[in-house]
Amino acid sequence: MFPRSFDYLAPGSMDDALSMLAEHGEDAKVLAGGQSLIPLMKLRFAAPDYIIDINRIPDLGSMHENGSLSVGALVRTHDIERSELIKGRYPATAAAAPLISDPLVRNLGTVVGSLCHADPQGDWASVMLAMNAEIVCRTGESQRRIPVAEFVQGPFTTSLEPNEIATEVNIPDPGADTYGTYMKLERKVGDFASVGVAIHLSFDGPRVERAGIGLTAVGPANIKATEAEQLLTGAELDGGTIARAADLCAKAADPHSDLRGSADYKRAMVRVFVSRALSAATAGKAA
Amino acid sequence: MENKTISVTVNGGSKTSEVEPRRLLVHWIREALGLTGTHVGCDTSSCGACTVLLDGTPVKSCTMFAVQADGREVTTVEGLQQGGKLHPVQEGFKEEHGLQCGFCTPGMMLLGAALLEENPDPSEEDVRWAISGNLCRRTGYQNIVKSVQWAARKAASEQSGVNA
Repeated sequence: MFPRSFDYLAPGSMDDALSMLAEHGEDAKVLAGGQSLIPLMKLRFAAPDYIIDINRIPDLGSMHENGSLSVGALVRTHDIERSELIKGRYPATAAAAPLISDPLVRNLGTVVGSLCHADPQGDWASVMLAMNAEIVCRTGESQRRIPVAEFVQGPFTTSLEPNEIATEVNIPDPGADTYGTYMKLERKVGDFASVGVAIHLSFDGPRVERAGIGLTAVGPANIKATEAEQLLTGAELDGGTIARAADLCAKAADPHSDLRGSADYKRAMVRVFVSRALSAATAGKAA
Repeated sequence: MENKTISVTVNGGSKTSEVEPRRLLVHWIREALGLTGTHVGCDTSSCGACTVLLDGTPVKSCTMFAVQADGREVTTVEGLQQGGKLHPVQEGFKEEHGLQCGFCTPGMMLLGAALLEENPDPSEEDVRWAISGNLCRRTGYQNIVKSVQWAARKAASEQSGVNA
């Protein structure tokens, strides 16, 4: 399958990339890992006139922690999978990485690219919703930070402007006492999620100080389960609270029946995953 | 739409050619360079028959443009042997019957070679994890796993100077 013809631009700096984007705007697409964009172009769901390949821009591939964790636009899912920093401090992020697509796709596919692609079956947006992460977007003149909950607007739709490049995703400090996981039901390696649930909890003693929950593949976009988050905030994780939170998440889900399962089944799996994750978190507290 | 001139180190030798930007890496490798060991299977990033190593890292060459490889190093299955001597992974596939129809084999062997670079003594689980993005519709994977582990033993014995 051949994409439509396009002009290829490979800027060596972010300033050059931004001025190219300022010139071509809606006729251009930014290429990072390409693991979502290139398949779309081959199917001609996307047919940009210009491709702006940011892979030759230095420094976009780094992660650094300074009050919050900055994940650059060229950090691959594989880099996350390998990172000791992520493993130690960001367990939900660490748990999601090896469940995304397959090892070869993870070698190229980026976290920020996945967020910009905004596939409702994409895993990263749920993790970032749970973490209350923000996307840093730049034009030649300005920079803004958009919470992922506002960035992801619908299926394959974000609030990124045609002249903006998402340069990083920024994850707030999770705190010292945390629990996090990502649970994913997939039919086989490389398939999209039938259902995915990202959970992040920060504890203050026995109480939940902050709760973040993101749901994958059960709505027109990834869902932030805000009612369950509110219920959990300040609460202790006893059986009743866990059951109520799981119910609220199942209610927040808005799945459709398809070849991966019926709507009822998917909703039930949301309940099961949330309940399992919260129970595991309490087991951790007890131990 | 403007063509681009690219220079790529393929299997150790520099290759320069003019490509249309939309040309996929796998088509450039097969058609411009005539290296047909890299296969086109599903053409949808699912099967891994088009696996090549990009700067040593396995990628699916059907999901990358040739222009992206400019200035980089690509290894295809043809680059595994050195000076007429088979790579241990290639020998392993022969010894352990790691292939039947052979369609997935180039990709599987490149994955095996890349895995052994970072993990010289992989467990069965390690090998299965490494090849989990590549499909084989014949072997049931069992002999592929054995082939890669055979290669690990062979490489280890070559290093210590003992026969396998």
